[in-house]
Amino acid sequence: MTMDYLVIIVSAIFINNIVLAKFLGICPFLGVSKNTSTALGMGAAVIFVMTIATIITYLVQHYLLVPFHIGYMQTITYILVIAFLVQVVEIIMKKVSPDLYQALGVYLPLITTNCAILGVAILVVQQDLNLIKSVVFAIANALGFTLAIILFSSLREQLDGADLPEYMKGVPAALITASILSMAFMGFAGLV
Amino acid sequence: MMSNTSHKENFIKGLVKENPVFVLLLGLCPTLGVTSSAFNGLGMGVATVFVLVMSNLVVSLIKNFIPDKVRIPAFIVIIASFVTMVQLLMEAYTPALHEQLGLFIPLIVVNCIVLGRAEAFASRNTVVSSLVDGLGMGVGFTLALTLLGAIRELLGSLSIFGFRLMEGDGMLVFILAPGAFISLGFLIALMNWLKDRSAGIKR
Amino acid sequence: MAKTKSSFVNLIVTLAVITFVGSLSLGFVFDWTKEPIAKAQMARQLKAIEAVVEGYDNNPVTEKYKVVTLDGKDSLEFFPATRNGKRIGTAVKTKSGLGYSGDIWLMVGFDKAGNIIRIQVLEHKETPGLGSKMTLPSFLNQYYGKNPGKVNLKVKKDGGAVDAITGATISSRAFSESVQMAYETFQSVKHDE
Repeated sequence: MTMDYLVIIVSAIFINNIVLAKFLGICPFLGVSKNTSTALGMGAAVIFVMTIATIITYLVQHYLLVPFHIGYMQTITYILVIAFLVQVVEIIMKKVSPDLYQALGVYLPLITTNCAILGVAILVVQQDLNLIKSVVFAIANALGFTLAIILFSSLREQLDGADLPEYMKGVPAALITASILSMAFMGFAGLV
Repeated sequence: MMSNTSHKENFIKGLVKENPVFVLLLGLCPTLGVTSSAFNGLGMGVATVFVLVMSNLVVSLIKNFIPDKVRIPAFIVIIASFVTMVQLLMEAYTPALHEQLGLFIPLIVVNCIVLGRAEAFASRNTVVSSLVDGLGMGVGFTLALTLLGAIRELLGSLSIFGFRLMEGDGMLVFILAPGAFISLGFLIALMNWLKDRSAGIKR
Repeated sequence: MAKTKSSFVNLIVTLAVITFVGSLSLGFVFDWTKEPIAKAQMARQLKAIEAVVEGYDNNPVTEKYKVVTLDGKDSLEFFPATRNGKRIGTAVKTKSGLGYSGDIWLMVGFDKAGNIIRIQVLEHKETPGLGSKMTLPSFLNQYYGKNPGKVNLKVKKDGGAVDAITGATISSRAFSESVQMAYETFQSVKHDE
């Protein structure tokens, strides 16, 4: 039993990393990875929202969509749940913990269009995981995202000083760095 | 009303000057995720064109009825409806492609291009120019995906659109994840280089 | 035309109307595509069955049944192939969770005696160029015509008769394991009609 969870965690973080192998959440991965502290903030916000979103969409799926045979409403309800959730989290965070809001607030609106959140919510249903496994899967994927974005941002900080031709600067160099990082992560394959 | 020439410009800007992938850097998840072959890239592009055109059309039609505060949720519901329609239609009529693209079809909902065009263009422009804009952006996106898919397929499996050009094994890495990143990186660098060069000539 | 005001009632009404129209049209498209989707799925399964058993004249998909595996953890789908009402073979849909990355789904065709007729890989996520070679005839041919009850169809490393794919022992092992599971489940029930 414990082995199951370990497999889920290791494979989500390292082997099938959500960004570097599954290509979800590329926009924030490239957009907010210019320095490590913003990357850390984004990662934390994703961990928070992804976990709650997965729990709620799981409940919606199994207690609303399936019993009423309206599985085709999945995309529409999920994205509304996520958009609504992000708003609620923002409001509550502002009231309850202004410090946390200060740290994560700016990243929250960006999360609605982070396809990793919707992607994980749908993957959980496709793989037919139970609630606990879904939560573990969500947290592991969010950690995988955080790991990738932090590693990537520290690489990019180094890249800033590099002497590159003008046309390689910025996104092209970042993408090629991401490619090498992704190659490195392929080395984890076969771990489980 | 805009004249015909500006419709033409409006369409063409999405292809090169404001290409959603190479210049605006939007919608990179599907760009990287589904382009292991030219055909997949094309299929994803066409699906996105449909959603983009339809949502631009509807948004520009009803823009005056939507209060500002619920603009974004309203757009998202409209987009999600069209995405689900595409999903159902593809499952019914192109099941093989539907299986290949998998998760990335529902994820068209969060493709920044679609919401971006609804918000930035269709909610402020006439129906016709919104249609043209959606079509231009969509075709630009499709071109980018097909090009990237063709390059990866050529290098990775030595074929194009499934037609085998040479015997032997390609460079496997181009079909895998690292190949997606590196191909797109070099393509964007190439675009930048071409742009710099043409700017240099003009000067 | 004046822009609608952002009063509370207006907000709710607009969103409700849009959601209602959206779901209504979705319901319509869903009804419309229901049959083609079912047909497409049926066609896909039939194609896989055709590739592993031949010469039947029934529709194995509509006659499919499930059989619980020996360890009782799972159940496999059995597609009976009959000709003039007589059983000539069975296609068994089987999977292995031991692949390199993700599940491997196979359709294995058995004749009445339990000999493997042919095998079709339905779905896999193995590494392209390595594990993915399990779909090539050079690998699959090793299984055809063999009876897993008489020949040990494990990979050579595990003392069997199958040459593993170079660089992809794990994939080959998972493949053999799922064929074995299909065979054992097949043998555990009587198939006479």
